[in-house]
Amino acid sequence: MGKVIVVTSGKGGVGKTTSSAALGAALARDGEKVVVVDFDVGLRNLDLVMGAERRVVYDLVNVIQGEAKLTQALIRDKRLETLYLLPASQTRDKDNLTAEGVETVIGALKQAFDWVICDSPAGIERGATLAMRHADIAIVVTNPEVSSVRDSDRIIGLLDSKTLKAEAGDRMEKHLLLTRYDPVRAQRGDMLKVDDVLEILSIPLLGIVPESMDVLRASNVGSPVTLADERSAPAVAYFDAARRLRGETLPIAIPGEKRGFFGKFFGRKVA
Amino acid sequence: MNLLRLFSRSQSAPAARERLQVLLAHERAAVGDSDLVTKLRDEILRAISKHMQIDDDKVSVRMERGAKVSTLAVDIEIPFDTDKKAA
Repeated sequence: MGKVIVVTSGKGGVGKTTSSAALGAALARDGEKVVVVDFDVGLRNLDLVMGAERRVVYDLVNVIQGEAKLTQALIRDKRLETLYLLPASQTRDKDNLTAEGVETVIGALKQAFDWVICDSPAGIERGATLAMRHADIAIVVTNPEVSSVRDSDRIIGLLDSKTLKAEAGDRMEKHLLLTRYDPVRAQRGDMLKVDDVLEILSIPLLGIVPESMDVLRASNVGSPVTLADERSAPAVAYFDAARRLRGETLPIAIPGEKRGFFGKFFGRKVA
Repeated sequence: MNLLRLFSRSQSAPAARERLQVLLAHERAAVGDSDLVTKLRDEILRAISKHMQIDDDKVSVRMERGAKVSTLAVDIEIPFDTDKKAA
């Protein structure tokens, strides 16, 4: 039986889709069988970030409405054979996502995959609540910035009350993924530090992904950042986060705190 | 000039941190009672309107949320009715 992860944040643009694709690819490269599910009906983008936009025939809504079989809608990644994508519908609206339909699809995916990663839409509406509903584990993606932290706090509240796990009285496993972290600005005191965010949200840290050009570059070419350049700083952060998800205990390096001589004097951008 | 500005400018992250802590303390407490201020305002105004006519435009409600204590200030203009002068 696979594990269901929701990648969520409340706020848009913080890196949910980037993180879903990167973690999915990182897990798959370690041999795990992974499916990444796009819940952003009407505004799908996971297909684009993963470079599968031209291969979408059927989508999640088609499967829920019985117009296509699950196996027909799943798209296998061209680079990794254990990585799959279930795209969202671009033309329908989110009312087509029914609670029962989502339950059936997630149930079937859990049987076939080790990891089911649900990429949540922004907001706290239907798409977002359905994406988190069946999760075993939540990854809360947060930028070190006031509006993102506030929205994450709200989402944590929903994870602890509106999910099946919470309703059954179980504790939802939550992890913080701090993204777009800029060590130079944090050092200068103009960006919330890792400890600040951790203290405010008080959930365990899964990883810190530094702000980096590599993320944009990877999305430009339609590749998860962990596959585009696996030695880039964000890729290393995602690979480590994926290993932590699998239960490994690894120390978390705070970007910028191990700067060498040259970095101190010339490095405006670590990462 | 630019360098000077960089050094003289104070850090903004501590302010972000403090503002968030106060805000979230309130937002977390508000779960289940989503709009206490609105309720208080309505009830206060209802109580007062039993005794006098209130012009909605002459009422101001202000809220200040602090880390430990919040204040709710209701300011109502009470018209002095000259027609009802004692005979």
